[in-house]
Amino acid sequence: MNMDIAQAPAPPAATAVGDVGLNIGIFLAFVAVTLVFVYRASRTNKTASDYYAAGRAFTGPQNGVAIAGDYLSAASFLGIAGAIALNGYDGFLYSIGFLVAWLVALLLVAELLRNTGKFTMGDVLAFRMRQRPVRAAAATSTLVVSFFYLLAQMAGAGGLIALLLQIPTSNRVGQGAVIAIVGILMIVYVLVGGMKGTTYVQIIKAVLLIIGAAVMTVWVLGIAGFNLSALLGDAAAASPKGDAVLAPGLQYTNPIDLVSLGLALVLGTAGLPHILMRFYTVPSSKEARRSVVWAIWLIGLFYLFTLVLGYGAAALLPPGTITSATQNNAAPLLAYQLGGEVLLGIISAVAFATILAVVAGLTITASASFAHDVYASVIKRGQASPDAEVRVARITALVIGVVAIIGGIIANGQNIAFLVALAFAVAASANLPTILYSLFWKKFNTTGALFSIYGGLAICIILIVFSPAVSGKPVNAATGRSASMLQGVDFHWFPLDNPGLVSIPASFLLGVIGTYIGGRRPVEEGKFAEMEVRSLTGAGSEKAIAH
Amino acid sequence: MSTTGERSTGTVYEQVQASPEFADLRRRLRRFVFPMSVAFLAWYLAYVLLASYAPGFMAIKVLGNINIGLIIGLLQFVSTFAITTIYVRYANKHLDPAAEKIRQQIEGAE
Repeated sequence: MNMDIAQAPAPPAATAVGDVGLNIGIFLAFVAVTLVFVYRASRTNKTASDYYAAGRAFTGPQNGVAIAGDYLSAASFLGIAGAIALNGYDGFLYSIGFLVAWLVALLLVAELLRNTGKFTMGDVLAFRMRQRPVRAAAATSTLVVSFFYLLAQMAGAGGLIALLLQIPTSNRVGQGAVIAIVGILMIVYVLVGGMKGTTYVQIIKAVLLIIGAAVMTVWVLGIAGFNLSALLGDAAAASPKGDAVLAPGLQYTNPIDLVSLGLALVLGTAGLPHILMRFYTVPSSKEARRSVVWAIWLIGLFYLFTLVLGYGAAALLPPGTITSATQNNAAPLLAYQLGGEVLLGIISAVAFATILAVVAGLTITASASFAHDVYASVIKRGQASPDAEVRVARITALVIGVVAIIGGIIANGQNIAFLVALAFAVAASANLPTILYSLFWKKFNTTGALFSIYGGLAICIILIVFSPAVSGKPVNAATGRSASMLQGVDFHWFPLDNPGLVSIPASFLLGVIGTYIGGRRPVEEGKFAEMEVRSLTGAGSEKAIAH
Repeated sequence: MSTTGERSTGTVYEQVQASPEFADLRRRLRRFVFPMSVAFLAWYLAYVLLASYAPGFMAIKVLGNINIGLIIGLLQFVSTFAITTIYVRYANKHLDPAAEKIRQQIEGAE
């Protein structure tokens, strides 16, 4: 099995718990139920508005639950619970950034975007700009962010497969085969069900995930006599790091790195294309607001649960169970400790469903952006028929699904919370400045948008490539491996793991510089008036279609 | 799919944009969301800076094993929930009626 576990002092057979047949049965039940919904959704999946935006017919609360389903990814559930179990307080920092970030979406982005756009982020960014260059830029950054996010989800699959099906991570072929099956299933969801089917999958998954986490949280608190202080004391006593797990500083020893990460987390959410696209599935900006409110409450509650689950795993699991190699499995292992094979089966099936649902949401977003922004606007110059556009979107979804499978097999085993943090950094650098400028700054123009998107994207990617996250971290004597992504090479010169602290302000600045460079063209007063009035009042916004 | 207003000449929108009603709506929105955004970002940044540069302060235990770091962290949750609730009330009362009125004027004019 796993090297770290084999060397642990009291080796619990941590990856050989549970009943494979039961695990598969529970997961197949989830697949069967969701497929019924996806099939039903397919009957009203005809027009572009159906495929991309579910006919804009979901209510605010429904969409809020779906957003929670989309947002509470494998990184949130497995990654954060694992990080808290291993490093204590520093894992909690992620969840706070992920939650507070929603206020940016609520106050500054969600409603205005819903009123202005149609299907994609590019609709809003290009509204009063020159269509082709800005849409091409918006599609590029959408594809890059979605790809990073997608890799992060697929990377978490390996450890789960080891736990759920008892195929060890060393068996690359077996794991690859399972990842391929998951990818194919996801493609079926997207192609058959479109946005409506995908949304149902998100809703079902979010409900299961939140209930599962709530049950485990109450269970853990019950064991601790409903005394949070006692639970924290038990966790500190059981951890080899002692009281240090209760305070910040274990995972992030460089304070500037932590500030950089915090900035990327809080500004990333409102620039995530697959989150933005969800606001188009409701009929009005008021419903978009209700969606965010529901999402904030559900996501906030869930992160409070993960705090208890993380410390609970540290306190209740046998010493040595949670290592850097097994941290992503802290929540499922805790489920086994509490409720045996049945709870393990349910929780790991839910975790698996999480990966499936989030990847489906990312795929539909990336395919919509390619078909709507690149194919229809850039290639066909706005002359494509909606049917042709949806056909291109479906083919793109198929291609992205295949890329996801291959990427997932390659990324298998990388730290998921870290990969997601990079996706957030790219979203905050490439997307958010342009979104805010085009909504609120009259003089902002095409050159400014291109500078900000491409500049933010390029700076962010370059700094990641030359960061210690990719190469050059010291080799851990115990495992013989460096904590960097690549082993045995060192070409890093940028000191921070997360580029946010540099790339986000740079992108905001580039938007201003580009705007002044391109400022000799007169501002399109009429287009700006239309955008501002539409965004604030909802006049002329896309309506729901009734089936 | 409805395309109400999508291909309008822009003059309706320019007239509305120049109207005092719209200026008032825009001022109400900005007067709330800009200061509130600055406030919650500053509060969050203060938290991140404390966690980064003052881990010793965050580790001070207040109630049993519950330390200052955990309390400030949980207060971030409380403030997020509170701002959400306050914004929804503000929008329902001060933004939605005005926006709805202007929207009906525009869509009725076409």
